[in-house]
Amino acid sequence: MPHRSCLRAVFSAALPSTAFLAALLPAPAHADFSWNFPTPVTPIGRDTLHMHNEFMLIITALFVVVFAIMIYSMIKHRKSVGHQPAKFSGPTGTVQWLWALVPFAILLFIDFVLMGIPATHAVIDMEDTRTKADLVLKVTGMQWKWQYEYPDSGIKYTSTLSTPREQIANRETKGDNYLLEVDNPVVLPVGKKVRILLTSTDVIHTWWVPQFGVKRDAIPGFLRETWVRIEEPGIYRGQCAELCGKDHGFMPVVVHAVPEPEYLAWVDEKKTELAAAAAGSDKTWSREELLAKGKDVYGKQCAVCHQPDGQGLPPAFPPLAGSKIVDSPLLSPDGKLLKDSHVDRVLNGKEGTAMQAFKNTLSDNELAAVITFERNSFGNARGDQIQPAQIKALR
Amino acid sequence: MSNATSADHGSSHAGHHTHGGHYQGGVLRWLTTTNHKDIGTMYLTFALIMFFVGGAMILAVRAELFQPGLQLMQPEFFNQLIGVHALVMIFAALMPAATGFANWQIPLMIGAPDMALPRINNWGFWLLPPAALLLTLPFFLALFGIGDGAVATGWTLYAPLSVQGGIGVDFAIFAIHILGVSSILGSINIIVTIFNLRAPGMTMMKLPLFAWGWLITAFLLIATIPVLAGAVTMLLTDRHFGTHFFNAAGGGDPILFQHLFWFFGHPEVYILLLPVWGLMPHVVSTFSRKPIYGYKAQVYSFIAIGLLSVVVWAHHFFTAGMPVPALLYFMYSTMSISLPLAVLFFCWIATMWRGSMTFETPMLFALGFIVLFGIAGLTGLVLADVAADAQYHHSYFVVAHFHYALFAGGIMGVMTGVYYWLPKWTGHMFSEKLGKLHFWLTVLSFNLTFMPQFFLGLAGMPRRIPDYALQFAEFNAISTVGAFILGFSQLIFAYNIWRCVRGGEKASDKVWEGTQGLEWELASPPPHHSWEVQPVIK
Repeated sequence: MPHRSCLRAVFSAALPSTAFLAALLPAPAHADFSWNFPTPVTPIGRDTLHMHNEFMLIITALFVVVFAIMIYSMIKHRKSVGHQPAKFSGPTGTVQWLWALVPFAILLFIDFVLMGIPATHAVIDMEDTRTKADLVLKVTGMQWKWQYEYPDSGIKYTSTLSTPREQIANRETKGDNYLLEVDNPVVLPVGKKVRILLTSTDVIHTWWVPQFGVKRDAIPGFLRETWVRIEEPGIYRGQCAELCGKDHGFMPVVVHAVPEPEYLAWVDEKKTELAAAAAGSDKTWSREELLAKGKDVYGKQCAVCHQPDGQGLPPAFPPLAGSKIVDSPLLSPDGKLLKDSHVDRVLNGKEGTAMQAFKNTLSDNELAAVITFERNSFGNARGDQIQPAQIKALR
Repeated sequence: MSNATSADHGSSHAGHHTHGGHYQGGVLRWLTTTNHKDIGTMYLTFALIMFFVGGAMILAVRAELFQPGLQLMQPEFFNQLIGVHALVMIFAALMPAATGFANWQIPLMIGAPDMALPRINNWGFWLLPPAALLLTLPFFLALFGIGDGAVATGWTLYAPLSVQGGIGVDFAIFAIHILGVSSILGSINIIVTIFNLRAPGMTMMKLPLFAWGWLITAFLLIATIPVLAGAVTMLLTDRHFGTHFFNAAGGGDPILFQHLFWFFGHPEVYILLLPVWGLMPHVVSTFSRKPIYGYKAQVYSFIAIGLLSVVVWAHHFFTAGMPVPALLYFMYSTMSISLPLAVLFFCWIATMWRGSMTFETPMLFALGFIVLFGIAGLTGLVLADVAADAQYHHSYFVVAHFHYALFAGGIMGVMTGVYYWLPKWTGHMFSEKLGKLHFWLTVLSFNLTFMPQFFLGLAGMPRRIPDYALQFAEFNAISTVGAFILGFSQLIFAYNIWRCVRGGEKASDKVWEGTQGLEWELASPPPHHSWEVQPVIK
């Protein structure tokens, strides 16, 4: 029969330690008062969590020990309790030198051995993007959305925030995944090492999914790499993590991790979907078809800056209503691109501004439709239209 | 016969309003003064005003962040407020405050009648108000349809976003140039003063620690401000003169900007902190009635930190994609700064150990600083870990860390100095009751504001976003409440200072019971030319 005081000692140690450990456990992704990283689902994510917990324990211990000493001193060495001041101004004698140098040595050990060695292993592992990679995902950051490309499968699409502006403007109740939902998420197979390549078309963005433990900058003109092996199926959400302009807070990352067969089925489905969207670029579209689709594209892609009413936010985002660029010929007489024309602006963007080259992200149908829509809305009445086939010829 | 240039300013007159006619009165006095005490006062007053300007900006930000959704402002304006808040707090509040201390205290502490270069001193200050105007003017110009507001890239001005930005970026670049010149002028003055005007018998190893702290700071400024100036000039030419330093299409690299900026940016944080680390030992020693512990160790630590600070910059952009050897080098070098820093903590605590402590307002702030800055240092150690930094980088964890460092460290350190030296400067004691109230309100609301932000970062909230997902709502609300209490509590500080300047219980020369050092041998306030008879140190 264990001694009662032993039981009490064990119990009184167990309870606070359990509470402490509970605080160290990662929180479910939607907790309201979460105290730690969300549950990791990749090897890097788990490594990172373990290191973080270990380091937080170390620094908490350091904090408690050092400030316990300080608080002890504040209580004991007070004038009001009559403590007389000593006169030393440095270590005198061997014991005091030890008191000074041993903490220094302990910190050296903590830094370079206790923290440094696991960190070094984790870094080397984290940067090893190429060993046995099963597939490649290319991520392109843009103001203000992501574009995903699967080079092996020939799929490319953009992923834009799908939270309605009414929710952001507090006119509608916010959904559960407010600001963390997109129209076209990334889909990846569980259990496969995915090598992720990143770049950008305009400014620096950063791709971050906390549950993957992965954050990497997307830099215009350069390719960066990272990797994930997602171990659990699920939906994982993250955000852009580098200030990239006005909608930096509105370009989330959503990844659906599914078992491999589902992934392969999705690839086929997506290929078909994209082919269908691009199809019809050879047929002749009616004016109504162009305007309807154009309105849809405008709402999703252009209204963010040029505003739903086409008034823009000058000087950064010029108005389309009464714009000289819109109110100019579509193409040259022989069907070629005119520099600084409406078509040029939409297809090729404007260097040094937030106006991106939409030929990289929109299909021929979408481009033709939105250009037609802009020329016939907001008080603009050019009356003309452009066909997807004409856009295709310009590529 | 001229009575305008009286030669008898050797004898101190009762007040410092007129000195045999060679001293101006009114506005012209302040515009043309070359007196280190007047200039120190101007730096400190400017810093206090800009502290409230920067504070008002961030209260607007915190109000927007009180709840999910956009309630008060559009994201474009939000981005302007956060960037200008940082630039104002760093360049227009903390640095001028520290320079105000340097101006007031260094001549008094080393037995000099003034700074070595008094006219440069005047110019160094008067560059600041125009620079502050340049920084904030774009806000007002936008109201009249000129430009689209102030710089909206954050204080870090990363290219290519800053190449894209409107005229606010240009105004910020010019403001930074002017602020940089002011810092360099001040630094030259401080170095020359410390090297040349010490009283006989004051060897370098008898120089007060506050002066040592500023000496290292001054060298760091001279070494790194030119690099910042270069970086923002390259940004200016990329924006307007067709260069492509930061544009890959022209053979440049956006990351070059980050290297250049942070080569300045990291030493900058030690520039902000070293003056405070220099003044802490004086305060702790005074209120423990015990000599400063480990004077030499602290001097060597300052030097070590100064040297290390210039070789660790890339820890600010671990996620930008550097080679593994670079990541590991910067991780280990960053961690090694914890060693001299630990020496400083050890010495502060060893100074109070077995002393005879009382807890007047300066000591309260000093103790609060040591504890809260300790949190900053420890979380900095954790941030140095490259692998875990993948989670912390550009999240609210970093925001919390640097506010513990720069508010609990920098600003509370400045408050320590103000409470410590205000009676010497004004000749009056401040209200101890108001001082204590200010301390407790500040410490409690500061923690309420920033402790939740560590957990927001861990939960996955990025920085610099005007709106956030629902799971971040509770901690954001708490943080905003804390921020408003923190902001309004500072009015107590301003009031206490204003009251003290105008009158109060007369302060003795020594002011506090345990003071040591030359400055406490002068009257409170000191005579016009401070040390009119040069002291000799045994």
